[in-house]
Amino acid sequence: MVVGAGTVGAACAFYAAGEGLRVALVDRGPVAGGTTGAGEGNLLVSDKEPGPELELALLSTRLWAELGAGTGFGTAVEYESKGGVVVASTTEGFAGLERLAAGQRAAGVAARPVAADQLRELEPRLAPGLAGGVHYPQDAQVMPALAAAQLVRAARAAGARLHTGRTVTGVLRDAAGAVRGVRTDRGELHAPAVVNAAGCWGGELAGLAGVRLPVAPRRGFVLVTEPLPPVIRHKVYAADYLAGVAGGSAALTTSPVVEGTAAGPVLIGASRERVGFDRSFPVPALRALAAGAIRLFPFLERVRAIRSYLGFRPWTPDRLPVVGPDPRVPGLVHACGHEGAGIGLATGTGRLVAQVLAGRVPDLDLTPFRPDRFREPTGSRATGEAR
Amino acid sequence: MTTAEPRLAVIGAGPAGLAAALAAADRGLGVTLLDAADGPGGQFYRQPAPALGARRPEALHHRWSAWRRLRARLAGHLATGQVRQLTAHHVWCAERSPGGFLVHALYGPGQDRPVTVRAAGLVLATGGYEQVLPFPGWTLPGVVTAGGAQALLKGNLVRAGHRAVVAGTGPLLLPVAAGLAATGTRVAALVEAADPREFTRCAAVLAGYPAQLAEAAGYAAALLRHRVPVRPRHTVVRAHGTVRLEAVTVAALDGRGRVRSGTGRRIACDTLAVGHGLLPSTELARVLGCRTEDRGVTVDPEQRTDVPGIWAAGETTGGGGAALALAEGHIAGCSAAARLAGRAPDSAGWAGAARTRGRLRRFAAVLEPLYGPPAHWDEQLTDDTPVCRCEEVDAGTVRAAVRDLGAGDARTAKLLTRAGMGWCQGRMCGPAVAALAGGGARPTPGPFARPVPLGVLARAGEEPEEAVPGHRATPPGP
Repeated sequence: MVVGAGTVGAACAFYAAGEGLRVALVDRGPVAGGTTGAGEGNLLVSDKEPGPELELALLSTRLWAELGAGTGFGTAVEYESKGGVVVASTTEGFAGLERLAAGQRAAGVAARPVAADQLRELEPRLAPGLAGGVHYPQDAQVMPALAAAQLVRAARAAGARLHTGRTVTGVLRDAAGAVRGVRTDRGELHAPAVVNAAGCWGGELAGLAGVRLPVAPRRGFVLVTEPLPPVIRHKVYAADYLAGVAGGSAALTTSPVVEGTAAGPVLIGASRERVGFDRSFPVPALRALAAGAIRLFPFLERVRAIRSYLGFRPWTPDRLPVVGPDPRVPGLVHACGHEGAGIGLATGTGRLVAQVLAGRVPDLDLTPFRPDRFREPTGSRATGEAR
Repeated sequence: MTTAEPRLAVIGAGPAGLAAALAAADRGLGVTLLDAADGPGGQFYRQPAPALGARRPEALHHRWSAWRRLRARLAGHLATGQVRQLTAHHVWCAERSPGGFLVHALYGPGQDRPVTVRAAGLVLATGGYEQVLPFPGWTLPGVVTAGGAQALLKGNLVRAGHRAVVAGTGPLLLPVAAGLAATGTRVAALVEAADPREFTRCAAVLAGYPAQLAEAAGYAAALLRHRVPVRPRHTVVRAHGTVRLEAVTVAALDGRGRVRSGTGRRIACDTLAVGHGLLPSTELARVLGCRTEDRGVTVDPEQRTDVPGIWAAGETTGGGGAALALAEGHIAGCSAAARLAGRAPDSAGWAGAARTRGRLRRFAAVLEPLYGPPAHWDEQLTDDTPVCRCEEVDAGTVRAAVRDLGAGDARTAKLLTRAGMGWCQGRMCGPAVAALAGGGARPTPGPFARPVPLGVLARAGEEPEEAVPGHRATPPGP
């Protein structure tokens, strides 16, 4: 029983069905109705420091590439192995990027430093005067909603059942405390294992099972331009994006991330702020995104933005996702808290969860992702925030 | 005029916005009136360009004397500077700021020169836009919106074609057909989906609105005079033509809103003016955080939205016509003048407008359910019918997303097919995609009311208002 039909839940259902398990996927909304539907679809290794998240990213990137090479699937999800370019405006910034790249290379990432005079060979429209950058050929992109929908479709073809528009209202447990299914607004669904792929609402679902999981929404905006011919070849972002991703700040931080899409529009991110589930569009955040994008690509000055959309990233205090069985509740397996990297990390997460469910040894050590690693705050029992 | 005194920005210079601006200015408030058109009046009082030298523009207009009075009052306020008019200004966004609001607009031939208007209060009178539901052949040249045909007549004194069919549903179709006929276009049919028997059922209520009935009767008489065949409970099922429109097939509807088989008949025409009612323009209201419903922005008896300092009036709060918009705008302007001066308004001062508003809202509430597209209009869509023209998505693609990918609502269908993600942001295709996906709210465009250059967005609010050359007081038309 996978709860959450975003990309992570879809990948869990897909790989679990591939293990020969009987799978049901339930979501209170439609497929891709939450964070997936508001994402850019980045499959990145470039923005991760050496460590467990990078290992998960490398596994996921390999699996995405396998899926992308499959007949029809790659086209259907607009899989594009475009590569990423991180640029620095100062020599100190460039030195920092090179240090990070050296560490990433040691962990198995392809990361090639690019001198200032060669940057525009990679990206002809980049601003002049940048200090240098690093090219990451493994970075790729999918259209996230299509990725989730196609994974669900493949899972259903392998026998999985999909229940959309059905809200989980409780987690059923037996006398010994083990999970035996979920209660929904339209009846009970029984299963010996429940996967929490509820994204931003993962803390809420954990609360229904009686355990604490500190997942909070971190708001982000994306600006979308009018369709352009393919002029931006890679995902291009500034070095300060790395600080924004890694930072824990609740206040608004923006750092430019610019990329073209198969459909033509250029997507501009990325802002991060923890303001709960606030759906308003503050002009200052959009202004900062536009200014940042123009700093990287001056030609964007005259290109028109046609819309903006917002989404909520499932944030955890140590910025690592929660993946694996919950020792506090037998049968409960988590797959949430991926912040802004959920699309990229979905395949690896799905594979690991499926291996756990099938009783096999997972490809990666799940200790860093365990759900009981967070310290209990004194005097409170958090169950996540309600929408 | 100093910038220290509170000013009201009125967005939209149609009947609602004009009435609001005049009521506020009459009561001593400084007003900045912004509109995308070259002159005031909106769609309802759209004027021919002076260069066309129209001798009798009123021939195409209803309530011309009311318009002349509004125009004279505006001229007086423009002369004293009580009202500043920014014509050909396209508002793309508005935001709250310390002490009030910032209204961001674009002007100039390329609509790329920015200006920011500062105001203590806002009246949103942004009107509505026409809903057009797709059918096979609807993208052929020669197929125009009903409102577009009317705008062409009123603004350019150009007739839309030689032989036209007017089709769809809603009270706009009558004046469009009558206007086309009056300017020499042969109107081969007026095709209305609504059932006249439903009107008969409401006869007792409608009898309480003699002015509105007389207006409708006037149009009906004009149609009779020009021998325009009226086909109620009918719909256009297909437009024919190779390079451009040559004919349409019109068919009868049954009681459940399905096309009756075997009733199709072909009508030759070079123009099809089609419309399925108005939808409110609520982008600015939503980006400012005002509560909106399907019918439009939610307002209280003073026309206030739930955001302090913001009023809304006219079609943006729900359809009802120009007379209702005038009444609502007047109340909004009176309330704003008092509230922005720190006084509680005396509603007795607008009792007449409030009575008119009440009557016309009740009238609109009676009419609204009578009109509407046929319940099963989407059954006529062949898989190869384009639904989203911006992103070139056809009905078959949306149906496949529903069938194969589980897109059971409008938003998911949009995500999975890109229908509604293009230039018009689903203003055109939103209702069609929602119908094909089988439910869910129509995704609403936003947060920009129109596309904006990134360079303008990046510096929004930085440009000094005073230094703007586009600020000009345009004298009202001839």
